[in-house]
Amino acid sequence: MSIPLSWYLVLAAALFSIGLYGVLVRKNAIAILLGVELMLNAVNINLVAFWRYLDPAQMAGQAFAIIVFAVAAAEVAVGLALIIAVYRRRKTVVADEIDLMKW
Amino acid sequence: MATEILIWLLPLPPLLAFFLIVLFTNKNKALSHSVAVGAAGLSWLGSMIVFVRALGVEEFGKHAFESVINWLPTGETWFQIGVRIDPLGAATLFFVAWTVLMIFIYSIGYHNFGQPAGDHDRKGLPPHGATVTDAHGHPNDPGAGKHTVPSVEPMYSRFFAFIGLFAFGMYTLVVSNNLLTLFVGWEIMGLCSYLLIGFWYGKPSARNAAIKAFMTTRIGDVFMLLGIAFLYSATGTLTFSEIFTEETLHHLATLSTPILGLSGAGLIGLLLFIGTVGKSAQWPLHVWLPDAMEGPTPVSAMIHAATMVSAGVYAVLRMFPLLSLDPATMSIVAFIGAFTALFAATIAVAQNDIKRVLAYSTISQLGYMIAALGIGAYVAAAFHLITHAFFKALLFLGSGSVIHGMEHGVLHTGNHHVDPQDMFNMGGLRKKMPITFWTFLIGGFALSGFPAITAGFWSKDEILADAFAHGHWAVFITLAVAAFLTAFYTMRQITLTFLGEPRTEEAKHAQETPWTMTAPLVVLAFFAVTYGWVGIPEHFPLLGGLIPNWFHEFVGSTLAEHPEAAPFSIWPLLTSLGVALGGLFFGWLAYRNVKSPAEDKLQLPVLKNKWYFDEAYDFLFVKPAYWMAEKFTYLFMDRQVIDGLLHAVARFSLFLGHVFRNYFDKPVVNELIGDGTANLVKSSGKGLRFIQTGRVQYYMLASMVLLVIFAVLYYFLLA
Repeated sequence: MSIPLSWYLVLAAALFSIGLYGVLVRKNAIAILLGVELMLNAVNINLVAFWRYLDPAQMAGQAFAIIVFAVAAAEVAVGLALIIAVYRRRKTVVADEIDLMKW
Repeated sequence: MATEILIWLLPLPPLLAFFLIVLFTNKNKALSHSVAVGAAGLSWLGSMIVFVRALGVEEFGKHAFESVINWLPTGETWFQIGVRIDPLGAATLFFVAWTVLMIFIYSIGYHNFGQPAGDHDRKGLPPHGATVTDAHGHPNDPGAGKHTVPSVEPMYSRFFAFIGLFAFGMYTLVVSNNLLTLFVGWEIMGLCSYLLIGFWYGKPSARNAAIKAFMTTRIGDVFMLLGIAFLYSATGTLTFSEIFTEETLHHLATLSTPILGLSGAGLIGLLLFIGTVGKSAQWPLHVWLPDAMEGPTPVSAMIHAATMVSAGVYAVLRMFPLLSLDPATMSIVAFIGAFTALFAATIAVAQNDIKRVLAYSTISQLGYMIAALGIGAYVAAAFHLITHAFFKALLFLGSGSVIHGMEHGVLHTGNHHVDPQDMFNMGGLRKKMPITFWTFLIGGFALSGFPAITAGFWSKDEILADAFAHGHWAVFITLAVAAFLTAFYTMRQITLTFLGEPRTEEAKHAQETPWTMTAPLVVLAFFAVTYGWVGIPEHFPLLGGLIPNWFHEFVGSTLAEHPEAAPFSIWPLLTSLGVALGGLFFGWLAYRNVKSPAEDKLQLPVLKNKWYFDEAYDFLFVKPAYWMAEKFTYLFMDRQVIDGLLHAVARFSLFLGHVFRNYFDKPVVNELIGDGTANLVKSSGKGLRFIQTGRVQYYMLASMVLLVIFAVLYYFLLA
């Protein structure tokens, strides 16, 4: 075990922060979606890292990671579909301009 | 059937007829009058059976038919009501049954049964006549064959319903053995009198007359009710046979009252007598009876001559043992009777309406009876009551027949300005209406007291003889003068109506009335003659003793002490002969050539205007009552005091409402609670809405920040 668990956790935290930063600051809806994907994958790294280092006998970590993949895939499909639908209507994918609900 | 049960049943058929007609047969005229006349016939039959059975009882005065039932529980005892037919009741029942039946039959003809409906007749107005085309018309007239005939009364059935109810009241009064049911019958008759005077309610005069009659008799009735209440509180019973025991009468005679120093008996008698003054139209409550002639003539005959006004005298006869206890009351009774007799006779002399003459004559004759009672001539009063009922009913029906005949003439000429009731429009009717003439003559002579053959002579003579024998000179002279005037105005009436030549075209075309009207006249004329024969005094020259003085024996036995027949004296007889024949002669002499009211020397304004009693009452009672109602009650009491109070309450409420509105509702409820909450929500919403940017990234950032804050807090504070 040359690489300690903390490296993975740092990597995951960095990845999550990058994703969060992307979600919060990017205007482009697709970039936001990408940020969300990064955050989900950071979580996946955490799940797999904890499984491997803490309780490799259990399958729960791996299984959870796979479920997150599936959910992420579905989320991307729905998210992209929404973005395309919005784009068709309003000719934009900038989140600030999609402000129907704004007062 | 047991006689007592029969007596109980006597009043019922007319009542049933009333309900039958009102509820079921109203639409069918023939059925309605059949029911009414049938019911009157049943009651008549029952009355005759009772009368005949009464004749067969030895010493009937002591063994009268009586039956009582318990009615109202009063503490430990019962208030009993019942029926009683004693000699007075039997004699009354006899004339009531006959006159009621005759008048019921007469009404069929009087209301033109069988005639076509009128061209423009309306309910509540007398029929105006119908135009028909038949062989009796005048072929030369334009519209050949058309002529006007009398039309049937529009409210024919209603009339028979009312007189049925009336007959019920009268029979109830006669068969009662106590003052309470007598009073009930009395009031039912009062109601029917009101309804029937106002039968043609489309005429304002009829409406006013109905109200006047009702109000005036009500004055008497209230006093009568007071008398009944006093009697009941003093003795605890209203049954005649219990009141007229020696013990009770003695108790009443010695009872002292605070009013006028009268004894209990005197005061009760006086109160009951005031009821009679109202009902029998005695002065000073006489004013309603002449106006009551607005009703149909059968009503005038039945209610206002034969039965209801007689009921007043009947009530005094009933209460005679009580009344006679106090000489003061008797003097009042005698005075009012004698005064009314003379006073009404003077008015009758100057009246031109054929029915009004009879109305004043009725008042005068009732005064006769009351005066007779006041001087203690019990039997004579009862006798005159009965003979008068027969001949006055006859005269009224005769006058109705005359009016009917004249209306025929009016329809013939089409001149509706001719009053068919004004005697100066008549004349010479004896040829046109022979049956009416002869029966009217009999009735008129009976009223005048034509010697020997008419009933009126015997009864009137008996009253005069009684007054003479007991030394009541004032009463004797007053009644003698009244008798003279009676004969005078009766002959005036007969002369103006039937004798001489027709004075108008209408009178020339008058026609005899149908048999339904003339047959009752004949029957009543029979009694107007023969009924006098049952009461011929025993010691009368020539005729006395031929027929026993049955009436005196029979009716006299009603009283505990059988009254002595007045000893015979030639003076009252001569007086009575003199005034009757003299009056008739002068009446004929004075009016045989009179053509118009202008030639009538007795049309004095004071008599014409009935001694201004209507005007005086108008000034004394009606005007003040109106003033009271208008000025005091309405303008002052109602508008100012009561309305003022209400307005003050309203104003206070308004003020209170104002205060609440401006100082509580608006500032506190509206602004603070209502608007305040809304404003708070609004301003907080305004203040907070900048967070609601609509940008998802801001929301996420916010939740991120909060999460971090909570995480930090959690970490440092709780963990």
